[in-house]
Amino acid sequence: MQTNEWVFVAISIAVAFVLPAAPIVIARFLQPRKPNKLKLETYECGVETVGDAWVQFKVSYYLYALIFLIFDIEMLFLFPWAVAYNQLGLFALIMMTGFVVILGVGLVYAWRKGALDWQ
Amino acid sequence: MVDFLVSSGWDKNLAVIVASALGAVAVSSLGLVWILVSIWLERKFAGRVQDRLGPNRTGPYGLFQTFADVGKLLTKEDITPAGADKHIYNLAPIMAVASVILIFGVIPFSHNWIGADLNVGALYFVAVGSFATLAVLLAGWASNNKYALLGAFRAIAALISYEVPMILSLAVPVMLAGSMSMQDIVKGQSIAYVFAVPVSALIFFISQLAEVGRSPFDLIEAESEIVAGFNIEYSGMKFAMFYAAEFIHAFVICTLTAVLFFGGWRLFGFGTPGQELMGWITVWAKSFALYIVVMLLRNTLPRIRIDQMMGFNWKFLVPLSLVNFLMVMFLARPFTPDYAAADAAVAAGGLAAVIGGIFGNGFIAELPRTVVLLIANIVLFWGAVSLLRRYGAAQRQLIEARYGTPKAVAPAPATGD
Amino acid sequence: MQVDVVQWLFFGMLSVLVIGGALAVVTTRNIFHAALWLIVSLFGVGGLYVLLAAPFLAAIQVLVYIGAIVILIIFAIMLTRRLMGLREVPNNQWPFGLAAAAITFLVLSFGIILSSSGSTPLFASFREPVLAAVTSDSLRDLGVALVDPNQYALPFILASVLLEAAMVGAIVLAREEN
Repeated sequence: MQTNEWVFVAISIAVAFVLPAAPIVIARFLQPRKPNKLKLETYECGVETVGDAWVQFKVSYYLYALIFLIFDIEMLFLFPWAVAYNQLGLFALIMMTGFVVILGVGLVYAWRKGALDWQ
Repeated sequence: MVDFLVSSGWDKNLAVIVASALGAVAVSSLGLVWILVSIWLERKFAGRVQDRLGPNRTGPYGLFQTFADVGKLLTKEDITPAGADKHIYNLAPIMAVASVILIFGVIPFSHNWIGADLNVGALYFVAVGSFATLAVLLAGWASNNKYALLGAFRAIAALISYEVPMILSLAVPVMLAGSMSMQDIVKGQSIAYVFAVPVSALIFFISQLAEVGRSPFDLIEAESEIVAGFNIEYSGMKFAMFYAAEFIHAFVICTLTAVLFFGGWRLFGFGTPGQELMGWITVWAKSFALYIVVMLLRNTLPRIRIDQMMGFNWKFLVPLSLVNFLMVMFLARPFTPDYAAADAAVAAGGLAAVIGGIFGNGFIAELPRTVVLLIANIVLFWGAVSLLRRYGAAQRQLIEARYGTPKAVAPAPATGD
Repeated sequence: MQVDVVQWLFFGMLSVLVIGGALAVVTTRNIFHAALWLIVSLFGVGGLYVLLAAPFLAAIQVLVYIGAIVILIIFAIMLTRRLMGLREVPNNQWPFGLAAAAITFLVLSFGIILSSSGSTPLFASFREPVLAAVTSDSLRDLGVALVDPNQYALPFILASVLLEAAMVGAIVLAREEN
């Protein structure tokens, strides 16, 4: 029965968030507090910030995230199949091969089109 | 883990909650306890590799170095940059640490000792690890600093890319054991999976190294380049949290590899019920051995560029893990271990009984599959390495065509000192 | 009966996460914060999956939705907007949105209430401890069902084609922008 296990998970999530917060709170009492304007400015290699905080966002970031998402969903199908693996017959193996190959074709397409290159 | 002890006299549900709470605190503290050791260990090790002593001032052999570090970080001023998103800024380091110490909850330390034996344990630690990725994004965005954000984007692109071969190679022990529960995977390893599918173990280890952001995949927080990337604006204890998260993560991946591929608390027939301490020690010993490998890699290999890192992942690791998966899939099924037949063979006496006596009946059951997969893996590995070599030679030719062959550097003449 | 109390307690907390998070997503002004509240809401849904004895789906929910889709959403936000000027997103059509949401809510509630007045009374499933139903066999059954030609084999292969089409399509679109 899994209830006990998930109660453990729930409690440990709470504990896991509290435990690192404790030193930070302790530090709050121990540290000096002397804010001055210079310290609060954003860091830019020691000089004053120039221009707007505008970052050029490359399309390749988005593509990596997208390809990752596709493969992530592929895992979703992979894992139950893997759990049942030792009971499956040849047909199931061929189905999975087809699944992987179809996605592999997509990966090859991405490779050919240069979507996997870091600009 | 303490479940069984407390549910005696108390109201059952209350006992479960209290036991879980105690267990959760204990397990979560494992990571933080490890920090105390590992910071000192890391610096001593790095020092020795670099032919110097490492910390030796603070206490005998510098053992109190960690406490000195903690003391310093506790008393540093916590500067929140102007315009930073305060709540997210504070949440990010906490989330980074939380996500890593949660992983300890599903690691089986022995036959009976496990935080939570979830039947989806293998996916649980991957899911929890994805929170670490989120923490990086939050940190980068909340700092209101374009360098932090840029560093965070690069880091995330690298982190999510390396999750693909990690999950793909994770699917292999799940396949071989027939379950996603970590305890079941350990129980299915009469022969450690590293002997059957070393390529999967290697891919898992490498991609986990990249996930942590340890050398040679250091660029995520390249201290000498983009000035610490996404955690530029963090100081004091919050920075310490990111630092701690990295160390704990580095150790947890060693433990995970030990459990998934190296047999966890099993040691050729040992680690049977009643020998819990032995199992506990075995897990820690294996993780520690792997951690030494991690430290060695960190101190010897140069940093990889981001485009090399992404290329390595998508053009080598992912196809390799796909091919490996398909190969294991076809070769392992016909040799599914038959434990009943192994028991019968051992009962029949002869050589089988001798081996069974030393290593356990499971060993015999899994032997054919292990041997077949090992041979196939060696072939695959050899093929992959020759492909890499050819690619490397082609790259070198390209560069030499452009710049000419490098001349050998003559050593400086001896000065007679 | 005490399993009930614990389950109701967790259900309450998770519902607060889900509904509160969802409300925060649509009401907050900062679009980045909206994405973060989405994480909270999806995490609550994952917890609900655990309560429904589907731990595999819970893990997948966190892994895919929070770990991939939200990151994709954030990247998409970054791609289409000036980065640091993300503070204000004025929205003058929220009365229509509210009306649409209220109507959908009414329709769904009527659907649930009407469909349950027959054989199964309305809140019957809440009385049973659902977690007793989960075994490791259910995951195995799912795996077998996915490739069983009589069950879900065809959707399985179609899903892979769909995924590949999505990947190729996105790459084509991204390439055209360049």
